[in-house]
Amino acid sequence: MLSEAMDSPKLGFNFDLYTRNHMLLTKKGLKPPGYLKTGTTIVGLIFKNGVILGADTRATAGSIVADKNCEKIHDMAPNISCCGAGTAADTEAVTDNINSQLKLHRYHTGRESRVVTALTLLKTHLFRYQGHVSAALVLGGVDLTGPHLYTIYPHGSTDSLPFATMGSGSLAAMAVFESEFREGLSREEGINLVTKAICSGIFNDLGSGSNVDICVIEKGKKEYLRNHLTPNPRTYISSKGYSFSKKTEVLHAKVTPLKELVNVVEVVGDAMEE
Amino acid sequence: MNDINSPHSMGTTIIGVPYAGDVILGADSRTSTGLYAANRDSDKITQLTDNVYLCRSGSAADSQIVSDYVRHFLHQHMMQLGQPATVKVAANLIRLLSYSNKNMLQTGLIVGGWDKYEGGKIYGIPLGGTIVEQPFAIGGSGSTYFYGFFDQEWKDGMTKDEAEKLVVKAVSLAIARDGASGGVVRTVIINSEDVTRNFYPGDTLPLWHEELAPQNSLLDILSSASPEPMVS
Repeated sequence: MLSEAMDSPKLGFNFDLYTRNHMLLTKKGLKPPGYLKTGTTIVGLIFKNGVILGADTRATAGSIVADKNCEKIHDMAPNISCCGAGTAADTEAVTDNINSQLKLHRYHTGRESRVVTALTLLKTHLFRYQGHVSAALVLGGVDLTGPHLYTIYPHGSTDSLPFATMGSGSLAAMAVFESEFREGLSREEGINLVTKAICSGIFNDLGSGSNVDICVIEKGKKEYLRNHLTPNPRTYISSKGYSFSKKTEVLHAKVTPLKELVNVVEVVGDAMEE
Repeated sequence: MNDINSPHSMGTTIIGVPYAGDVILGADSRTSTGLYAANRDSDKITQLTDNVYLCRSGSAADSQIVSDYVRHFLHQHMMQLGQPATVKVAANLIRLLSYSNKNMLQTGLIVGGWDKYEGGKIYGIPLGGTIVEQPFAIGGSGSTYFYGFFDQEWKDGMTKDEAEKLVVKAVSLAIARDGASGGVVRTVIINSEDVTRNFYPGDTLPLWHEELAPQNSLLDILSSASPEPMVS
């Protein structure tokens, strides 16, 4: 049973369409679609009672901002979160995948997930793809062994650190951390420092922008502060607002519930008797 | 390959020196991605078993994965053997992985430890997967800067303090000259009884030619060393 569930999936990429794609690119002059990157500033730090993760909210496709308010802090477990930089699809897919694996693992073991488990699952996955899965992650959480913060690079290497930054804005954010980080920060000091570091990335790095998302993880609780700070509001908002002139006429309405409520009747005594 | 998206590598300086039957391993602490120090505080001396440690250099991902695999195989081996693993077995397991995957891996390793049959031993396993048992081993990009220094200074039968001083001096020489090495110097001393970890932060290292002492701010020394203004 255990071996079936833990079976390793088919390895690597599928190259069946390679010849056809190559022909399209060279002979037919087809331009390949660009991929959505998260320019990004993501940070994490360990404070007195746990871990604080922070991220900006800009997703870019080349030099265009594709999403002004995307979510870069992903859920891995009730006590673990992960910020992702790099190709948006890769970070989304890899964190979702390991999230599911961790859930199955929790059912098998009956215990709270540990951060090192998430770390090992992520690093073995990324190493198998030899850096082609372009996901650079900041993984943080609190388990029974205490608070943990790790950085994971696309090739599968990891570092355990008290404070960490990743993404194109990492140098700007690291400058803030290196000058102001101390061990044993309080929750408020930690949140302020993380906000400051992300803002440094937002305002000094072109690949990062918009708002600041924060996630505070302490023993037994996780708090996601979506859009904790919005230092880039939309300047010119039309006073007319949105209105649709022609309304669609409703001819007929029918509701089909997808989940049926079933009544379970408990029969006391010997029910199964002819 | 000089930007933040380069693969994580440990340019590195790693050293392994046996002395008087025990072993000392030393390393710097810089992990670089291109020209940025991704981790200024890494621990490149990883534990394989209670009595065998490994110094890693080259690609961070490759060396971490190899050490994880070997730790697992060594553990299985120890369960079958019923006693602590020997340094030779650990080194050979690493060599088997490094050699058979030589096209994919880019990592130079130094294995050091103590076992009851041979005492303290050092094995070097450079790129390609050769295994070489050596009286001392140096590796990583920073090691090129003290080949001559080591040839001259190393002698057989050093004491623990002499050996540790030699290791720290050599790593600090490499840190001074190699851009890919830096941070602090970590050492691990393995003997028959126990394992001791030591840590030498930057300001405890000796200063070399033209190096400035660590300051809170360079403005402090600039003002004191300014020349007299020219008077006509």
